[in-house]
Amino acid sequence: MAKLDSKVPVGPLKDKWTTHKNNINLVNPANKRNIDVIVVGTGLAGGSAAATLAELGYNVKAFCFQDSPRRAHSIAAQGGINAAKNYQGDGDSTYRLFYDTVKGGDYRSREANVYRLAEVSANIIDQCVAQGVPFARDYGGLLDNRSFGGVLVSRTFYAKGQTGQQLLLGAYSAMNRQIGRGKIAMYNRHEMLDVVIVDGKARGIIARNLVTGEIERHSAHAVVLGTGGYGNVFFLSTNAMGSNVTAAWKAHKRGAYFANPCYTQIHPTCIPVSGDHQSKLTLMSESLRNDGRIWVPKKQEDAEAIRQGKLKPTQLAEEDRDYYLERRYPAFGNLVPRDVASRAAKERCDAGFGVNATGEAVYLDFASAIQRYGKEQAHIKGLNENDETLVKKLGQEVVRSKYGNLFQMYEKIVDQNPYETPMMIYPAVHYTMGGIWVDYNLMTTVPGLYAIGEANFSDHGANRLGASALMQGLADGYFVLPYTIGDYLSDDIRTGAIPTDSKEFDEAEKAVKERLDFFVNNKGTKSVDYFHKRLGKVMWNNVGMSRNEKGLKEAIEEIKQIREEFWKDVRVPGGTDEFNEELAKAGRVADFLELGELFAKDALHREESCGGHFREESVELDGEQKGEAKRDDENYTYAAAWEYKGEPSDAVLHKEELEFKDIELKQRSYK
Amino acid sequence: MNLTLKIWRQKNANDKGKMVDYKISDVSPDMSFLEMLDVLNTELIEKGDEPVAFDHDCREGICGMCSLYINGEAHGPDRGVTTCQLHMRKFKDGDTIYIEPFRSTAFPVVKDLVVDRSSFDRIQHAGGFISVNTSGNTQDANAIPINKHDADTSFDAATCIGCGACVASCKNSSAMLFVSAKVSQFALLPQGKVEATDRVMNMVKQMDEEGFGNCTNTGACEVECPKGISLENIARMNREYLKAGIK
Amino acid sequence: MSGIIKSSIARKVAMALSAFFLMIFLLQHFAINILSVFSPDTFNEVSHFMGTNPLVQFALQPVLVFAIVFHFVMGFILEIKNKKSRTVKYVKNNGAANSSWMSRNMIWSGATILAFFVLHFIDFFFPELNTKYILGDLSGMHNGEFKYYNELLHKFESPIRVGAYVISFVLLAMHLLHGFNSAFQSVGATVGRKEVMKKIGRAYAILIPLGFIFIALFHHFNGH
Repeated sequence: MAKLDSKVPVGPLKDKWTTHKNNINLVNPANKRNIDVIVVGTGLAGGSAAATLAELGYNVKAFCFQDSPRRAHSIAAQGGINAAKNYQGDGDSTYRLFYDTVKGGDYRSREANVYRLAEVSANIIDQCVAQGVPFARDYGGLLDNRSFGGVLVSRTFYAKGQTGQQLLLGAYSAMNRQIGRGKIAMYNRHEMLDVVIVDGKARGIIARNLVTGEIERHSAHAVVLGTGGYGNVFFLSTNAMGSNVTAAWKAHKRGAYFANPCYTQIHPTCIPVSGDHQSKLTLMSESLRNDGRIWVPKKQEDAEAIRQGKLKPTQLAEEDRDYYLERRYPAFGNLVPRDVASRAAKERCDAGFGVNATGEAVYLDFASAIQRYGKEQAHIKGLNENDETLVKKLGQEVVRSKYGNLFQMYEKIVDQNPYETPMMIYPAVHYTMGGIWVDYNLMTTVPGLYAIGEANFSDHGANRLGASALMQGLADGYFVLPYTIGDYLSDDIRTGAIPTDSKEFDEAEKAVKERLDFFVNNKGTKSVDYFHKRLGKVMWNNVGMSRNEKGLKEAIEEIKQIREEFWKDVRVPGGTDEFNEELAKAGRVADFLELGELFAKDALHREESCGGHFREESVELDGEQKGEAKRDDENYTYAAAWEYKGEPSDAVLHKEELEFKDIELKQRSYK
Repeated sequence: MNLTLKIWRQKNANDKGKMVDYKISDVSPDMSFLEMLDVLNTELIEKGDEPVAFDHDCREGICGMCSLYINGEAHGPDRGVTTCQLHMRKFKDGDTIYIEPFRSTAFPVVKDLVVDRSSFDRIQHAGGFISVNTSGNTQDANAIPINKHDADTSFDAATCIGCGACVASCKNSSAMLFVSAKVSQFALLPQGKVEATDRVMNMVKQMDEEGFGNCTNTGACEVECPKGISLENIARMNREYLKAGIK
Repeated sequence: MSGIIKSSIARKVAMALSAFFLMIFLLQHFAINILSVFSPDTFNEVSHFMGTNPLVQFALQPVLVFAIVFHFVMGFILEIKNKKSRTVKYVKNNGAANSSWMSRNMIWSGATILAFFVLHFIDFFFPELNTKYILGDLSGMHNGEFKYYNELLHKFESPIRVGAYVISFVLLAMHLLHGFNSAFQSVGATVGRKEVMKKIGRAYAILIPLGFIFIALFHHFNGH
């Protein structure tokens, strides 16, 4: 296997992408008609890539496991999409977006990739508006912006709380146009179960038709994975139920290095777990922290009384409340970055101050905001600012207009009125910055195999800023991959169609079938979910928000143990040649059980705290930053790319050293 | 609480299918409806029975994958929610709950409660887009100001999640609300006006070919729509269609 | 143009257009009938005009008959097609949760109105045609005076007929309670004025049939 070559073009940072585009090989339009490309996944990255490749003239085969490309989980993104448009004239620029992203990622991303991302970001907005994406506008008819955590400008474009939906439907519409023209062959309810490598190059996939159970062979000159993140290794996350690592993991097993698996974003504002039956967690937009104040009771006995239902949060006097973020981080207060806010919540709950029955929740309180807005409104309208009922009513109206849909969602799930009593929130797994290692061209270590969007590792380093995931997915799919893939495919113009009757396809299909047969014939006693939940618990407790050597070592052993039990005792009802969701789930959980171990191994080896990865051993010991995360730039300024060697424990580490020529490495401080 | 479930079981598209009774106990009011079905399925698997197949994915009401006709209503008795957002506190101890797939000739049953809604996709292929290449060489996003009211109305139409509750609730299995939401979204934006004529003609043609029924304006779709897509979109599409027909 | 006649929206529009014509006709019919309450002579004169004016007889009347036939036939065709679009029925369906009884049962209110039409044609329209065009008597006279008012009184003597008449008009009201707005919605005329249209629709749907019922009852109780 070739050593890691990031293929970053030479030259000044700001010219790299332009120079690269000018120098790479292109495929002429007539030849594109003879080239097939497989795109797996139809979210923002996969969908936009499939549409663009088809427009360029390639024959595209697109796959998704859902019943329509429009269901991909990109659709659930709420807040917005960043772009360095500087429409607000507040000093934004490509460089500033680049700088914020690198800093937000705690200096663990590849500089050149991030700069390119910032560079094409403005194009995304132009493109989406042309496609008919109904972004929010102001009364002058121009696009509106909002501000997000960790930055000093307003560069986030949005469509109410449904930005991801609107952008995905935009990409879906671009796909529809190409499907209608016959340039994309769309395979819904199909799951990729292996990549086929012929002569060292990715030449196709094995997919299962989830309706009929048929195993299909599909060949192409290149394979693109836009299959999203692997947060569901935790069982409970804000990901969709079907989100999985299988495609990425199969690619890993076929030679694609897996980079930084331990970088996971835990989002601080999610609705807490209500019981054992819980199947997924629901995110409440980060924007709530603009107006909500986070607190727990100051005294442990109050916390206990609240947990037992003897005391109501509204009865607690102001001096008995601990606004711990404001206390610990006076400069940023409730608006510290996601990783910091999450860890602080965990710290309080672990210390026994949690406020719901499970002890794992903190309050997000809008009472002050309601008061503040209410007084302001009363003043504007010339009404009595001291009339409490009036002020409350006016304040609630303002809050409703800003966050109405989120409050309604909360009330539906929790059955409490957040206008009257504080919301309860707790951190939950949200996004995975790690993923398949790719070079500057977004190609993995397997020639002809590409990874885009959340599935790759490249742009967010150890922590992702809000509203950057949508930006990266669309940048990769619309504007980066379609160019860079031509460089590789230019060698394939005379290859002709790839046959699917080669021994490589035979072997891959056989292995896939054997595994499926194993599952339905295994006489186990436990459901797939039983093992998935156990894995999730280990991951959450030992490889979650804060990690230490002992816990990680235990986790590795426990995951091995669960994996063994899984293969012995899993029960999958039904057959292979029919619609069988348990069978599909079994395959996904089997892969999570391997990834989970590599995840813990990666976390164990990285003996520093950076971004979403917090090692208890690596904290500031004294000074103003005492107790805060401590990065180790001397030893860990690299991306850890793991090579598959059989068992996850045998994985071999390859390092891509990260160079920061345009940015000075600094400690993140929010005090 | 303890419940009796009457669930439609159908092995595959060719099977005739029937209602089957199940008892489920210790259901927590905090469970979502689908979590209640998860519990049932785990019990079935551990007993050696086949679990009930149903579509679901995001479980936060946005992907549009979940369906289910619960006690005679698409997405159940609550308003403005999908089935995954419906909670068991909407039911009482001892209730009998009927669970059926979304019914329409254009939505054939795949298995149990899972239906094939690819007819919706085909309607979108026929014209649910603006013909602009994704080259990145379009004009600046702020080059054409768009009246805020139009942009907001367009957004409201665009929030359709394509779940099919409109078809399932309509006594005629009409897909007019779904199709009109897309037609309206684009008809309200200057970018979409260029090919408005072709779009509405092609999408309606495909809709008819798929075997959906005729709209008789009962308004059931609007009431059951989890995203509150307005009937006004249907009127707007009718108008667009008339305009296109007269041209 | 030819392709769109088969389309679902074109059919809706055609239903709406025939409905508009019928609703205008109904209004006109009511305006004439109510005269019988205030002034039998005027009623007779207008009736005679309508019955003998060539424009009304040979232009509007055929259009009316066509509209009635079209509206019914198309209504039944659409109903059959709509039934076909859901071949497997729900075991449990709660239509009342999301739509009005009227909107879901247009076919039944329509069928009742059709039955009324048959009665009405037998009562008035066919004898009229017979007298005028087969027997060739265009005078409109009977025993030396206009016959229209007396025929009207005669028909409203039987309580059974009046009862049938009242029931039919109640169902017509229900048909209109949904149909009026539905027709405007079908031609896209409700965009931006949904609420106003609802109010107008409700007023028309209740007042006009109520008026007809009033006329029938008035003559039934005051006729002799």
